[in-house]
Amino acid sequence: LEERKEFFVLNQTPLWKYFLVVFVIGICALYATPNLYGEDHAVQISAGKNVVLDAAVVEKVTAELAAADISSKSILLENDQILIRLKDSDTQLVAREKIDKALGDDYIVAMNLAPDTPDWLESLGGTPMKLGLDLRGGVHFLMEVDMKSALSKTLQDMAGDFKTALRDEGIRYRTVKQLDDGVEIYFRDQETLDKAEFFLKNRNRDLVFVERTGLVIFANMSDQKLAETRDYAVKQNITIIRNRVTQLGVSDPTVQKQGPDRIVVQLPGIQDTAKAKEILNATATLEYREVDLEHDVRDAINGRVPAGSELLPYDKGGPQLLKKKVIVAGSSIIDANSGVDQYGMPKVSISLDSKGGAKMLNFTKRAVGKPMAVVFIEFKTTGERDEDDKLIFEEDRRVISVANINGVFSNAFETTGLDSPQEAYDLALLLRAGALIAPIQIIEERTVGPSLGQENIDLGTKAIIYGFIAVLIFMLIYYKKFGFVANIALTLNLVMIIGIMSMFPAAALTLPGMAGIVLTVGMAVDANVLIFERIREELKDGRSPQQAIHHGYDSAFSTILDANITTFLVGLILFAVGTGPIKGFSITLMIGIITSMFTAIILTRVIVNAWWGGKRLTKLSI
Amino acid sequence: MQLLNMKETIKFMSLKKPAAILSVFLIIGSLTSLAINQLNWGLDFTGGTQIEVGYEQTADLEQIRRQLEASDFNDAVVLNFGSSQDVLIRLASREGVKPSELGDAAIKVLKEADSSAEMRGSSYVSSSVGEELTEQGGLAMLVALICILIYVALRFEWRFALGSVAALTHDVIITLGLFSVLGLEFDLTVLAAVLAVIGYSLNDTIVVCDRIRENFRKVRKGEPEDIINISLTQTLNRTIITSLTTILVLLALFFVGGATIHGFATALLFGVVIGTYSSIYVASLVALTLGISKEDLMPTEIEKEGADQEPMV
Repeated sequence: LEERKEFFVLNQTPLWKYFLVVFVIGICALYATPNLYGEDHAVQISAGKNVVLDAAVVEKVTAELAAADISSKSILLENDQILIRLKDSDTQLVAREKIDKALGDDYIVAMNLAPDTPDWLESLGGTPMKLGLDLRGGVHFLMEVDMKSALSKTLQDMAGDFKTALRDEGIRYRTVKQLDDGVEIYFRDQETLDKAEFFLKNRNRDLVFVERTGLVIFANMSDQKLAETRDYAVKQNITIIRNRVTQLGVSDPTVQKQGPDRIVVQLPGIQDTAKAKEILNATATLEYREVDLEHDVRDAINGRVPAGSELLPYDKGGPQLLKKKVIVAGSSIIDANSGVDQYGMPKVSISLDSKGGAKMLNFTKRAVGKPMAVVFIEFKTTGERDEDDKLIFEEDRRVISVANINGVFSNAFETTGLDSPQEAYDLALLLRAGALIAPIQIIEERTVGPSLGQENIDLGTKAIIYGFIAVLIFMLIYYKKFGFVANIALTLNLVMIIGIMSMFPAAALTLPGMAGIVLTVGMAVDANVLIFERIREELKDGRSPQQAIHHGYDSAFSTILDANITTFLVGLILFAVGTGPIKGFSITLMIGIITSMFTAIILTRVIVNAWWGGKRLTKLSI
Repeated sequence: MQLLNMKETIKFMSLKKPAAILSVFLIIGSLTSLAINQLNWGLDFTGGTQIEVGYEQTADLEQIRRQLEASDFNDAVVLNFGSSQDVLIRLASREGVKPSELGDAAIKVLKEADSSAEMRGSSYVSSSVGEELTEQGGLAMLVALICILIYVALRFEWRFALGSVAALTHDVIITLGLFSVLGLEFDLTVLAAVLAVIGYSLNDTIVVCDRIRENFRKVRKGEPEDIINISLTQTLNRTIITSLTTILVLLALFFVGGATIHGFATALLFGVVIGTYSSIYVASLVALTLGISKEDLMPTEIEKEGADQEPMV
């Protein structure tokens, strides 16, 4: 009796579930569509600090391209950027070079792949999937900051600082020794030691002092200070690398901290990797110099530069005549921070190591009221090569700050009179960039040439299509009409994976990721196989078709859930522990598990119900 | 259409002794090979420099070797990679050249000798990074196995949990053994594949365990061995069809996926076959040997999820 009653209510889908399914798949399909439009090879121009992008620049670029006989698809000025779409990667390369030469150093000219997504899709946030370096071509560097030398330099500064401080305070010490893990200060008697310990402890609150046998104080950085020093060394390097990467003309580069002492640099689409390495490894430094007031700047500009001085360009005003003798070099700078002084005006606080402090003291004693300049020295590539095929670097020297000395100071001082907080920030950044305390080393490098990247895309796509078609045919033959339903689910599953991958820009598609999609296609049918086999069993046990469908879906559900949760766990672990290719694989695997659960269980049920539900059936096409 | 139309229950467990012997034999063989031959670790794990060079014509490996030797690149390993035009070169470290610049230097030499030589890719991995990856890889596998052990023990029963983990360990060891015996290169993508084998084999094992549990509750009579036989017979069709569809896509990867993904496809193809076998024999055999019985699986505490819930659709 009960079975009869069930017959009429079995296998009906409530209306809301139809809407849910259509909504979820619709959204995924919408965000998957940008992938159909492809990408244009483009050149992207953005303005440097002192210039603006306007119609005049567009005109200049258009004229330059016309002169070089390069046809462009479009030239657009938008969001403070000019985007020039070109027909292929060769013209892109030539066009970038021409434009770069024509516009000069004030503009940043980068190569880019611009998605050809229609405006209405773009306004909804639709973008194509981000491709990993193995598909797009490019360079991946993993760099390690040499913490040992960073810490050693800090300890060296500490030792020097102790000597000066104790001497100034009139506390007599025997010797100061720098060890691998700290600094030891030796004394002649206990009384002086106690006095020194009290004095130093009060003075350096971020250090730890321990008394050791033999009239010795051992000083070390506190854990917090140690962490700060490490963190600082990495951040400083990141700042420098970011500055240099802009020089390379790469669009959306990645410069990121990884782990405690590593930096990941990813430069997609770069052709000349040797050049990239040379530029990244180039050094920058800076010098404090005295402004030459004895001679006239105008004379120097007219070509009469006095011996012992030189003329250098200054961003904020005319060229400056500086004495060649260096007061303090950039390697003496420990730290530079921007902030505001007591009047609320922007300032930069600078601290020097003890050696630099002593030199600065000597200089400022006789130079109060005189101006002092900071020269920033950077090695920039000219783009040309010497006979050894090495890039030619030229030393680019420019004055970044000129300030009057208001008093005598040594290792800590401030630069004020800056125009804006932004300027203070920029100056502090440059000061730090010129004071590289920790060298970096490339510990991993992976380069994928553009031709290999394209080949990987083609091969991966081919494998997905072949595998996909093979499974479709198999399911259709084996499960007939139900196989057809499973095939709809499988197709939409693929669309959903692509849609979700496109929605999250962090999920870049890699070649192992494509392998993950292929594997998902193979395994996604598993849920349907489980359900259909169950339905067949129920039919064999003599249940009516409607009952078989109902029970088949029901009893297969917990099995599917268990099996998928455990596989998802594996994916999660892969993601957490793995790097590079493993991460790419685990992302598609996890997305695939979720989407295949949705399509194989919910979607096929909706279709099956609509097709067979509520009808009087004597047999099923399964 | 039906692949296997089974009227009778197949007596899988009557073959438990031969199966156990086969598994033990394969595991010992794999471990021996791993101990003696070890794995042919790829660049990702050993560290070093490797470049991929493409030529317009068929590459003459012997000549490339000579060109490199003439420029003091001794001990370079030159191999074809993917096609006859593509060459993979592993460079030994050289005094006076930074390891990260070794590749660029070698490309220059080859380009001078033959202008059609094109740098298609290059990798440099320092030995410290390689060591870390090896550690991380091993750790990933261990963590994966432990998490699975806990999950299955909670959802099913500890005997099944041990059975599943035994099956997975079995699959991993034998897949690694295959790579060791054949001397195939073991790189990061292969590691990903081995971990995917864990996922796949687990999937299979769970389906079988699930059915065994269900039948222990449903079938009134019968020894544990009979119930396992019934369950394996009932799930056999599904096991084979899923393996088949997975193998279909893996064959596509193997044949058209390109050289980079070859090792990945090989490991998974073999792993799927071994995983299918282990889900039938290893997992249930271990559970049976540990003395799984009806009482352990009666739904007194462990509720079958979904049974008391609203149906999904």
